[in-house]
Amino acid sequence: MSTVESQAPAEVSRAEYCVISCADIFSGAGEIMASPMAPVPLLGARLARLTTEPDLLITDGEALIFADTPGIGKSGPIEGWMPFRKVFDVVASGRRHVVMGANQIDRYGNQNLSAFGPLQKPTRQMFGVRGAPGNTINHPTSYWVPRHSARVFGDSVDIVSGVGFDKVDPANPAFDDLDIHRVVTNLGVFDFGGADHTMRALSLHPGVTADEVAENTGFEIEGLADAPETRQPTAEELSLIRDVLDPRGVRNKEVR
Amino acid sequence: MPTDKTSTLDDVVAELRDGMTIGIGGWGSRRKPMALVRAIARSDVKDLTVVTYGGPDLGLLCAAGKVRRAYYGFVSLDSAPFYDPWFAKARTNGEIEVREMDEGMVKCGLEAAAARLPFLPIRAGLGSDVLKFWEGELKTVESPYPDADGRTQTLIAMPALKLDAAFVHLDLADAHGNAAYTGVDPYFDDLYCAAAERRYLETDQIVSTEVLVKTVPHQRLLLNRMNVDRVVHTPNGAHFTFAGEYGRDEKFQQFYVASAKEPDTWETFSRRFLQVDEETYQREVSAWQDEQKEDGQ
Repeated sequence: MSTVESQAPAEVSRAEYCVISCADIFSGAGEIMASPMAPVPLLGARLARLTTEPDLLITDGEALIFADTPGIGKSGPIEGWMPFRKVFDVVASGRRHVVMGANQIDRYGNQNLSAFGPLQKPTRQMFGVRGAPGNTINHPTSYWVPRHSARVFGDSVDIVSGVGFDKVDPANPAFDDLDIHRVVTNLGVFDFGGADHTMRALSLHPGVTADEVAENTGFEIEGLADAPETRQPTAEELSLIRDVLDPRGVRNKEVR
Repeated sequence: MPTDKTSTLDDVVAELRDGMTIGIGGWGSRRKPMALVRAIARSDVKDLTVVTYGGPDLGLLCAAGKVRRAYYGFVSLDSAPFYDPWFAKARTNGEIEVREMDEGMVKCGLEAAAARLPFLPIRAGLGSDVLKFWEGELKTVESPYPDADGRTQTLIAMPALKLDAAFVHLDLADAHGNAAYTGVDPYFDDLYCAAAERRYLETDQIVSTEVLVKTVPHQRLLLNRMNVDRVVHTPNGAHFTFAGEYGRDEKFQQFYVASAKEPDTWETFSRRFLQVDEETYQREVSAWQDEQKEDGQ
């Protein structure tokens, strides 16, 4: 992907802007379970926990709740037990913010990680809907897309696994907690604060142009022309990312 | 003295019927009752409906052409390349009818069956394509109690996932069906048993009741006698998924995936590892592991 490197301070990498953008997903989250499903959002959640959000709960991705905030791939002291069946209790309680991946996302936040093509005879099989329907209807959900492209951000998704804003029935309170909070990609930070809950640009990472985002998105993104640059990381954040959470640079394998 | 339920894999296979609805315990590629799955795959049974948090269990049954319908929250091998090749083939060929659902809906449906309820309300599924996957079989239910603001919640009415048979793998059991897990997660094996007419337990170790209850904390005693009909001793039976005392055999799982790519490589895999009894399977897996070590040197 072509970028104008001169606009960015040379010492901060694209992956590091992505990590702090993922940390910002959890700003003000409080005492809830942060459930990131990929390395960069995992680093973001742990960075938030080490800086402004110390009350977040994080797990080892298996069944244990970490007491400390270990680096990626590392273990550490634990504070509790969270087997899968209890995760579903947490989902239903609403005290969780998940960051899922997505094979497709449309302008209203509908997401697909199930399969491509017809429901009963897909052209490509992925995971099935997993916990996406339950996550999106119950608690804050964000998405992480390491390669922002028009194939991911297209007109419509083949299968709705994660529920988007145009599916909400305002007469039914069971939809009241739908909250697609952020989409962080290798190009920028987005939400669904546009007209009729459509996708809106909040910031573009330094070096990314509005044209580049538009070329790689299948629909119009609101506020794209006026989107500011993603903020700079603090010195503390850079040190935590580089020295504590990800000294081996796993982030750079996910965002090139 | 309670009934001795120890049985062979052949005893279990003799009870299988075409068209059964079976639930398979474990999760993805974790503590799956693979010895029982292998026995089902090489049996004559057909047209199964499978309820599962799917992994290579569903893959192997698809490879053997046993599955007509599948109810699942996901299908994953839990490590690269993640997507099960045989499940993917069955899907892209349109060979199976699926009732895909949210992961939480599987738990909910098993709980409804366990409590002999026709349904339980759940939010998960609303607004998603789960309703389309179910082609009219999945309905909603309106609360008789309005919310404080006067609006009324309409929820998914998750139907009971009633099973003809459940198949689970626990790490440790006695001959009567008391059984424990020793890893970090019980998964949903007790719910599968509670939702089923016939309950088949495979286990790495059969010990006396006295030893069982002294070996693990009480909270690990997941199954009691009321929830088990047959107990089959299958050392390393969860292979190549992981169970209490052994990790996932990642290399063998990758070999399973690679073998699925071409008909001739699958034929070779199938002859050596599937068209054989469990004892031969375990012997051939050991031999295969030794071959890998030699190749690596």
